[in-house]
Amino acid sequence: MREPASPVSIGSHDYERKEEKMRKYIGVVLGALIASLISGAFARAAEPIRIGAIFAVTGPASFLGAPEAKTLEMLVAETNRKGGVLGRKIDLIIKDSGASPEKAVSFAKQLIEEDKVFAIIGPSTSGETMKIKGIAEQGKTILLSCAAAEEIVNPVAKWVFKTPQKDSDAVIKIFQEMKRMKISRIGVLSGNDGFGNAGKGQIEKLAPQYGITIAANEVYDAKASDLTAEVTKIKAADVQAIINWSVVPAQAIVIKNARQIGIKVPIFQSHGFGNIKYVQAAGAAAEGVMFPAGRLLVADVLPKSNPQRELLIRYKKNYMSFCSGEECSTFGGHAYDAYTILLKAIGQAKSTDKEAVRTAIEHLKGFVGTGGIFNFSPTDHNGLNVDAFEMLTVKNGKFALLKK
Amino acid sequence: MVRRYSAVFAFALFLVAIQLATLFAGAGYYLTQLTMTAYYSLLTIGLCMLIGYAGQISLGHAGFFAIGGYVSAFLTTCDLTPHKGSALVSLLSKSGVLVFRPGLYGGTLLTVHPWPACVVAILLTVVIAYLVGGPVLKLRGHYLAMATLGFGIIILRIVLGTESLGAADGISDVPGFPLFPGLAISGDSSLRVSNYYMAWGLVILGMVFLLNLVHSRVGRALAAVHGAEDAASAVGIPTARYKLHTFVLSAVFASLAGVLLTHYNGGIGPSEASVMKSVRYVAIVAAGGMANLWGALMMSLVLNYLSLRGYFGTFDDAVFGIILLLIMLFAPDGLLRRHILADLGRMFSRNAAGEEGS
Amino acid sequence: MLRSGACARSACSRSLHEERTKDLEFFFQYLVAGITYGTIYAIVAIGFNIIYNATGIINFAQGEFVMLGGMTAVTLHRFMPLPAAILGAVVLTTIVGAIIEIAFIRWLRRPSVLRMIVITIALSILIRETALHIWGESVRSLPYFTGSSMTSFQWGGVYVSPQILWVIGIGVFVVAALGAFFNLTMLGRQMRACSANRDAARLCGINAGNMVTLSFMISAAIGALGGCIICPITYVQYDSGTPLAIKGFTVAILGGLGNSTAAVGAGMILGILESFSIWVLPAAYKEVIAISILLLILFVRPSGIFGSAEAARLKDF
Repeated sequence: MREPASPVSIGSHDYERKEEKMRKYIGVVLGALIASLISGAFARAAEPIRIGAIFAVTGPASFLGAPEAKTLEMLVAETNRKGGVLGRKIDLIIKDSGASPEKAVSFAKQLIEEDKVFAIIGPSTSGETMKIKGIAEQGKTILLSCAAAEEIVNPVAKWVFKTPQKDSDAVIKIFQEMKRMKISRIGVLSGNDGFGNAGKGQIEKLAPQYGITIAANEVYDAKASDLTAEVTKIKAADVQAIINWSVVPAQAIVIKNARQIGIKVPIFQSHGFGNIKYVQAAGAAAEGVMFPAGRLLVADVLPKSNPQRELLIRYKKNYMSFCSGEECSTFGGHAYDAYTILLKAIGQAKSTDKEAVRTAIEHLKGFVGTGGIFNFSPTDHNGLNVDAFEMLTVKNGKFALLKK
Repeated sequence: MVRRYSAVFAFALFLVAIQLATLFAGAGYYLTQLTMTAYYSLLTIGLCMLIGYAGQISLGHAGFFAIGGYVSAFLTTCDLTPHKGSALVSLLSKSGVLVFRPGLYGGTLLTVHPWPACVVAILLTVVIAYLVGGPVLKLRGHYLAMATLGFGIIILRIVLGTESLGAADGISDVPGFPLFPGLAISGDSSLRVSNYYMAWGLVILGMVFLLNLVHSRVGRALAAVHGAEDAASAVGIPTARYKLHTFVLSAVFASLAGVLLTHYNGGIGPSEASVMKSVRYVAIVAAGGMANLWGALMMSLVLNYLSLRGYFGTFDDAVFGIILLLIMLFAPDGLLRRHILADLGRMFSRNAAGEEGS
Repeated sequence: MLRSGACARSACSRSLHEERTKDLEFFFQYLVAGITYGTIYAIVAIGFNIIYNATGIINFAQGEFVMLGGMTAVTLHRFMPLPAAILGAVVLTTIVGAIIEIAFIRWLRRPSVLRMIVITIALSILIRETALHIWGESVRSLPYFTGSSMTSFQWGGVYVSPQILWVIGIGVFVVAALGAFFNLTMLGRQMRACSANRDAARLCGINAGNMVTLSFMISAAIGALGGCIICPITYVQYDSGTPLAIKGFTVAILGGLGNSTAAVGAGMILGILESFSIWVLPAAYKEVIAISILLLILFVRPSGIFGSAEAARLKDF
């Protein structure tokens, strides 16, 4: 580096030259200073937003967690390709809890206290969510659960939200259809997992309101390999319709066994049926099965005026190419909604201050997601109602809208 | 004897050093997983006693953990307010067994105080362990293994199938456990350090107890039973009784671990009773050296800690399977032995000498 | 069966007759379900028994052979017709069985029973996790061999899916073929000699090590075949092997370890008991039936219903 010219110099010409040098030097230094300040500011702004996710990628709930994790990875990659949010990239940390609540607890504490994540998406199951509800509250971190239990948002906890639809709404949708078909005597089969339990509770609670009597009520094991005995018991009760409420693959066996032993009455499934693999597993027996579900599964046949149509078609296409040909399911959609809601709230709050974003989520109205149109409020941390559901059926091995 | 306790003392110093290190690094959050590991280690050393010293395999120990956890969780969350009027309930609440405590979402609940709940859980475990252990321990070899496996599965099924135990969702909102006045076992992040010391303090107490047991007459009798049961019985050692007592003791360790970890986590789920958990515990004991309490403790510390931090990602179960397989194939008497390398060398050279088949 | 009657008394007796007929129909429906379960369990149990007879080991990884058979068949079916896919799956799983024996079991020196149990448990975990990372977590199904998931024959009021007939038929075939193999072929008799007294067999020039490998291969083949035939009825998933293994060895023990014919009988007993338990217990506790029976047998008569206590004690590796 050249030495600065001394302020005292002999001769005006020299003085001018030296002043010039001085000005140049000061200019360079100032320029460098400003440049570093600006780049420093960018560097600070470029600090990534950390989002944590706890999913049951392996284990007994892997049919929930694996699509959720893949969806999230796909979305974060897309966001980062487009430059991130508020100029900052997203740093996604996915933890595989294997549907174990103790792991969920450990990971939640790790994500909140150690990784200092901005928000947590997941877990996949209700049991895990209930265990970390208190941790999220204490750690003042936004939790967007992909699990379905009512008790996650009822009673409402300040920081805890959920994206799957309400079980009670699904049941209402089924009962409304039954009333249209003049069905009053039903048999209920539910899986012995949290989803099955919750659904069974809602069915029992709401049945009297629609004038429906439950003549037979059986719980089957999620890992069962043959359920002929259970469906025989239902057949013995001489019912007009069957509700098979489960989210595990065994629900396909129920449908097969039911049709094989000659049950001809309509079979209703829950929104846990929203995976084409279950239809394939049930084969020809799945024809005519009816169930409430988000519109993701019939995105192609929705009327063009439907606000969800474009979003759903895009998700289907992107997921399929991201996952080498695997078809998407409604379960992955829960994670999709959680992430996009979070992003929208960050955009609206124009900051990553947790409290501000939380409030932004609570005031989100008319948000178009895969599960439906979300309308949050300080007392409603789920945002979906009965209109989130559409009654679907299976036609020629594919999902189709149920024509009234 | 001094040597025995010097190891304990050294370990305690080691634990304090870890905590101070996290303090200075401002990384107190590591203590969470370390505390959870402590409770799993409590179970592990009890199991080591059973498998290593008494020579009885148990593929269902997660069942005892679950019994302890679920009983205490159930009793401390079951709201008895609707039965406030009944004589029994008012008697119990007057005597302090039942307490009123604020619910998480407002309102008050009338539940069993954690101390009597813990006592009930342990007592129930003892009863079940005696009832099950009696017939089970008469079996040998794969029959014993399968009986314990069956026991673990029954507990899992009961826990999964019963609504009042939360079925597949488990039990949540379990309150903290007030171990001493002013000190509670709970997952509160402000109580991290005290919980860390409480948990490991209990483990150290357990270690001291077991080390004393191993070096006592009972321990020597157990070693005899393990080595050659018929010979031991011929010498007059009541083998069946000792095996049974060891079984119950290890069950109590497991149950206590279950109770306290449930209070620490604030809940419990059916995954704690799964077969994979039982297999993990056996894998850790095997990796530490079947009859090596310190080995089991060290292995539990390392493996459980890494697993709880999600270090193994989606390969969690696979890692334990591989560890189990490798240990059983190459070092069936455990990893932490001094002559391990020499043994390996001997084993491979024997193979090379060309003996056929098995 | 129904005849229109005018008299009230005959109408009353008619409805009673109807009810009794219905009850009888449901009885037979439960029975068919029980026989179906039973055959599946028996096939797995036979796999256990073959290895046990040759080696004294209980192979906890037996359920994984069933799973592998189904998974491989589904993957192969994408490229070839169903019979070829099943054959391919059986062959591939047999190779896996051989590899497992050669890699992990063959070179062990006088291992204790405990060690063998733990090794096979570890193997089952590893096979399961490998399947998870190869095939993912989704469920897969094979198409029905004949007909579809809707078709069923109707006898009286009882409905039987053709696949069930396949299951029972192939089960009978397997038992018969094994019987013929062990009694009529040289190789089979050699295996029996080995299981009766290994050292004496060696003295006769029989290669005991190869017999053990062969036993693993046969068990794997049977397991894989079982997996293929039940896959259309249920589904196959990376972790569907373990519950089957548990039921399978319950049946093996129930019939007496090592006794394959007894395994068939025991399988029927367990299957039927489980099926009829639905009548009295909530379906959620159906699993508890199998385990309770297991524990009961272990406590009361570990040699099984049809086994002899002496023979059970003589087995070693």
